[in-house]
Amino acid sequence: MSEKPLTERIRPDGAPVTLSEYEQAGGYQAARKALGGMAPKEVMQAVKDSGLRGRGGAGFPTGVKWSFVPEGPHPKYLVVNGDEMEPGTFKDRLLLEGDPHLLIEGVILSSYAIGADVAYIFLRGEYLLAERRMKEAIAAAYARGYLGKHIFGSDYNLELYVHMSGGRYICGEETALLNALEGKRGNPRTKPPFPQISGLWGKPSIVNNVETLCNLPGILVKGADWFKGLSRTPNGGTKLFGVSGKVRNPGLWELPLGVSVREVIEECAGGMRDGVSLRGIIPGGASTDFLTEEHMDVALDYETVAQVGSRLGTGTMIVMDDKTCPVGMVRNLIQFFAVESCGWCTPCRDGLPWIEKTLGAIDTGKGQMSDLAMLDEHVKWLGPGMTFCALAPGAMAPLGSALKYYREDFERHIREQRCPWK
Amino acid sequence: MLSDKIKHEIEHEAAMFERRSGACIDALRIVQRERGWVDDQSVKDVAALLEMTPDEVDSVATFYNLILRRPVGRHVIRICTSVSCWLMGLEPMLAHLEKTLGIGLGQTTADGRFTLIPNQCLGTCDHAPAFMIDDDLHRDLDPEKLDAILANYK
Ligand SMILES: Cc1cc2nc3c(=O)[nH]c(=O)nc-3n(C[C@H](O)[C@H](O)[C@H](O)COP(=O)(O)O)c2cc1C
Ligand code: SF4
Ligand code: FES
Repeated sequence: MSEKPLTERIRPDGAPVTLSEYEQAGGYQAARKALGGMAPKEVMQAVKDSGLRGRGGAGFPTGVKWSFVPEGPHPKYLVVNGDEMEPGTFKDRLLLEGDPHLLIEGVILSSYAIGADVAYIFLRGEYLLAERRMKEAIAAAYARGYLGKHIFGSDYNLELYVHMSGGRYICGEETALLNALEGKRGNPRTKPPFPQISGLWGKPSIVNNVETLCNLPGILVKGADWFKGLSRTPNGGTKLFGVSGKVRNPGLWELPLGVSVREVIEECAGGMRDGVSLRGIIPGGASTDFLTEEHMDVALDYETVAQVGSRLGTGTMIVMDDKTCPVGMVRNLIQFFAVESCGWCTPCRDGLPWIEKTLGAIDTGKGQMSDLAMLDEHVKWLGPGMTFCALAPGAMAPLGSALKYYREDFERHIREQRCPWK
Repeated sequence: MLSDKIKHEIEHEAAMFERRSGACIDALRIVQRERGWVDDQSVKDVAALLEMTPDEVDSVATFYNLILRRPVGRHVIRICTSVSCWLMGLEPMLAHLEKTLGIGLGQTTADGRFTLIPNQCLGTCDHAPAFMIDDDLHRDLDPEKLDAILANYK
């Protein structure tokens, strides 16, 4: 049995871990240790040494990101990204609902390391159970003196608030999230300046994902070597991996980074349901490129998945079976991105609806062969570096890879002027 | 006019931010929770309370999926139309729902009981298909279950 520091306390009956249960299981020791005798710089160094990388999708080293925060100006802010709106992603929900104090302790540690005065948990608007449980847990932590003034008897003060989103996928992008938190439309901001320098209300700010922060208590108590040892690859730690689609047991599991696609799909999810076989895998949420059966033995870590042309992303896979039309699936994905485009830049605002219409035409038997060249071009023109933020390139990931792996299916729709799956 | 209760709650949110306008989305959510949707007068009232212009508040209200600027029925069904639910049988489920209620997406039943709205991934993809009715999440749906669930919302 491998260790599961993120989920080992989570109760099978679905109730949240209470403060006293969390403490009995060793909780808040890391915060006591850090605030009781470590300098903020030492906390930052411990996280750097662990090699922890962001679990929100981009995989940026957490300690390095923190080190760009300037020492001088106050207030500083820590913002927890709990937006989790990417289709196919359901991992942060488990941590928020199941073990809220783990996140609070992670917030305390990161806030202390960067010198934050106030922290916000930005939650997606539909996560009402998570909202209730986080707010209850925060109230319990305040009551014990773990939040507020002089926490754990130290000189350090920290306020922690929950903010519920109004609901837009773009709010997960960290600069759009800051605008949303300021009560504005959630359009992304120009970078630089990066949020570390000029974030919430122009103050130094760090945005980290829920799962990223939940790794911190373990790292502080047990150290960098322990953390690295949890993983099968040079990326340290465990990761929440999920599977949805027509597998026998869809679900979410905490596993070492570096497990293979096959282990997750066959051992954890029980393989494909009777009567269907696997045709494609979107490994890490809707904005990652398709992989296929030939990639079943790929190790799920940041570098290896990138080497085969996709991204680890959020670690929650969507499995496509052979009874599902790839054109229909990509059409559904693009519909999402087209609706969620924030409208700020032209290629994304106008390009995505054009792609959506074209895919709709192909899917309903009205496509032309020249449409495929047009789609290929859009994959280029909405790709990385061509748009104001990463939403549009994210949308092009499943489209571009589907045009590569399932081109024959697109062509067949056009040749036969119908969807062969209907 | 906003009730004192609503005003009080909005003030509580505004205290969490460096500027009062930070509470704009919270304020709209509070109004909507009490009234079902956000009418023009509430936009003006929220603006006055948070030291913003009504147009600023409306630009925010119209940006966000969960803020409704049109009247809705007594219960709002938000059906997940994203990829995992689509893979797991969204289309027949939605067809059944539309037939049962006699309305399409974006519409309200004639008796004002239900409004049906598409929603993005509800973050419960391992229990697809899923929808929310008001504040309740319902998962692992199929047409039969659906009828039983709807009966609970009068
Ligand atoms: C369109 C878009 C949506 C995103 N949504 C999320 C999200 O829901 N949650 C999240 O943690 N990161 C999301 N990200 C990534 C964030 O911008 C950011 O990289 C992340 O929150 C940083 O945290 P981490 O370093 O701990 O991973 C999104 C990025 C983009 C471009
Ligand atoms: S790429 Fe799309 S989401 Fe990003 S800024 Fe441009 S329009 Fe907005
Ligand atoms: S796709 Fe429906 S809950 Fe995620």
